[in-house]
Amino acid sequence: MLPINASNARLWSMLGSRGTFGVAMLEAAGGAENIMVLTADLSVTSGLERFRGAHPDKFLNVGIAEQNMIGIAAGLAKEGYNTFVTTFSNFAAMRSYEQIRLHLGYMRLNVKVIGLAGGMAMGHFGNTHYGIEDMALMRAVPGLTVIAPADGAEIVKTVDALITHQGPVFVRLTGAMNNPIVYAEDYNFTIGKAVRLRQGTDVAIFACGTMVFESLVAARNLEAQGVSASVTNMHTLKPLDTDAIEEACSYAALLVTVEEHGVIGGLGGAVAECAARRGGAPRQLFIGLPDRFGKSGDYKYLLQKYGLTGEQIASNIMATLGSRTCNVPESRVMAE
Amino acid sequence: MGEREELINKLRAMAKRMRRTALAMTLGAGPHGAHVGPSLSIIDICAVLYGGVMQIDPRNPLWTERDRFLLSKGHGALGLYTALAETGFFTREELNTFETPETLLSGQPAMCVERGIEISSGSLGLGLSIGIGVALAGKKAQRRYNTYVLMGDGECNEGAVWEAAMAAAHFKLDRLIAIIDANGLQSDGLCSTVMDMVSHEAKWRSFGWETRCVDGHDVSALLDAFTATRKTPNCPLVVIATTVKGRGVSFMENNNEWHHNRLSQAQYGAALQELAD
Repeated sequence: MLPINASNARLWSMLGSRGTFGVAMLEAAGGAENIMVLTADLSVTSGLERFRGAHPDKFLNVGIAEQNMIGIAAGLAKEGYNTFVTTFSNFAAMRSYEQIRLHLGYMRLNVKVIGLAGGMAMGHFGNTHYGIEDMALMRAVPGLTVIAPADGAEIVKTVDALITHQGPVFVRLTGAMNNPIVYAEDYNFTIGKAVRLRQGTDVAIFACGTMVFESLVAARNLEAQGVSASVTNMHTLKPLDTDAIEEACSYAALLVTVEEHGVIGGLGGAVAECAARRGGAPRQLFIGLPDRFGKSGDYKYLLQKYGLTGEQIASNIMATLGSRTCNVPESRVMAE
Repeated sequence: MGEREELINKLRAMAKRMRRTALAMTLGAGPHGAHVGPSLSIIDICAVLYGGVMQIDPRNPLWTERDRFLLSKGHGALGLYTALAETGFFTREELNTFETPETLLSGQPAMCVERGIEISSGSLGLGLSIGIGVALAGKKAQRRYNTYVLMGDGECNEGAVWEAAMAAAHFKLDRLIAIIDANGLQSDGLCSTVMDMVSHEAKWRSFGWETRCVDGHDVSALLDAFTATRKTPNCPLVVIATTVKGRGVSFMENNNEWHHNRLSQAQYGAALQELAD
């Protein structure tokens, strides 16, 4: 695996999540004989140009046909290949939802779907290219593992883990270029095991993807205001690390979920399902995208618009702590 | 009697037994009923493949060189199950578990490669893409197995079929064989009325496939269609088999009431008389 250090972290940040995936795949596939990587006319967008040149025998472009791609991947997996497929996260999750449900879920074939540009990374392209329901959809497929890496290092960790992991997985990449860095040194990454990045006592923040970094910013901001917030990187949405949520329920007065995804059915939904079963769980603040389609804009603008920067997350939490309800983000956005 | 004639007779007898077994399973399913019509239309095709064409070994179901049969039209399950029973993957007693709780033999197939069921199917239009992956894997490993994917003519309404048709030719998968069970009927009536595909032969040829049109109940012609030397190298083959839905039982033939239905004891008795040796 590529070493995780400050220099590589800077490089991966610069490359963005898709470029980092390409680099990680190139590194990981070298020693693995049974790998196949498929794309639906997005080899460059997937950061796979070098991979395509270096491993033409392990690469297949199926054209603009996502459903067919999942089917072909399933057939290859059935014959023993560990098959990776790449396309935009929304296309993978929606255009080929039934193929994922049946071939990966029902038949449990060893296919890894790499969903590019989850969230709003595609900015000016608009809602056709946003992945704002992808995690909810993928999480609902029985038996599917769902991973949303926090940064470049975690993408490298994820790809490395998937080289040996048996079973169907959906990986949701978020962020555009020059992504913020969460990890500049090596750490223990295990599928299904959340990583507590910061201790706290008043508020427990759970985040995934790009929102892990923003949540760390928020926690520092809260600390300056006298509120102690833990931050947990829930890189795996499924299987969910319920122990991490149980533990948070025991100390925090407020659970907060932060995701670059709609507030329905994603990380917030997953945490709420777990906390509700516990009984007597703290209130939960769902920070994410509102339940409506908005206008397009550049990526940073959109994060700001929807209250997904560290500062906004902190002020949202402060407002919630001072109120009886948890609907602050929705009412604020709707008022715009 | 020549070897060929012996084989033809064997396959005809096999198909007749399969029809009788399929009807017994439908009767056994009781009020659940079964997709008996669309299974009867594919039985001769399945008999020819399993009894005379495919290289398979029930004692070694995971044999890497085995030919693969993917039933894309999952509602033809009785055609597959009876063929698997004929070739030793299931016992007659196991067939009696059809559509019972926890069975391996559900109304639409659920993947169990160890027992010869290569894929789960039931949702239409998905099998050919999987077949491409299976055939590609064989090509990459320079294996000589064939991959057969059986679809319905109505199933070809699904756009996913044509994504796969396009790709199979592009990847030059000469060991991929699609079979269209062209019985002319789909759930809501005549295919030509519900969604007229005009010409399967012209469509598949224009997608880059070698096409063979055949009477899907003529065992001898089917055998030729699957085994004759290929005219066009480096492309997949489609066998377009004209069939009759409900074939072999007069009151079921071309009668869409038997797409999925329950069978009474009296109807079963009448059907068996028509299928007596």
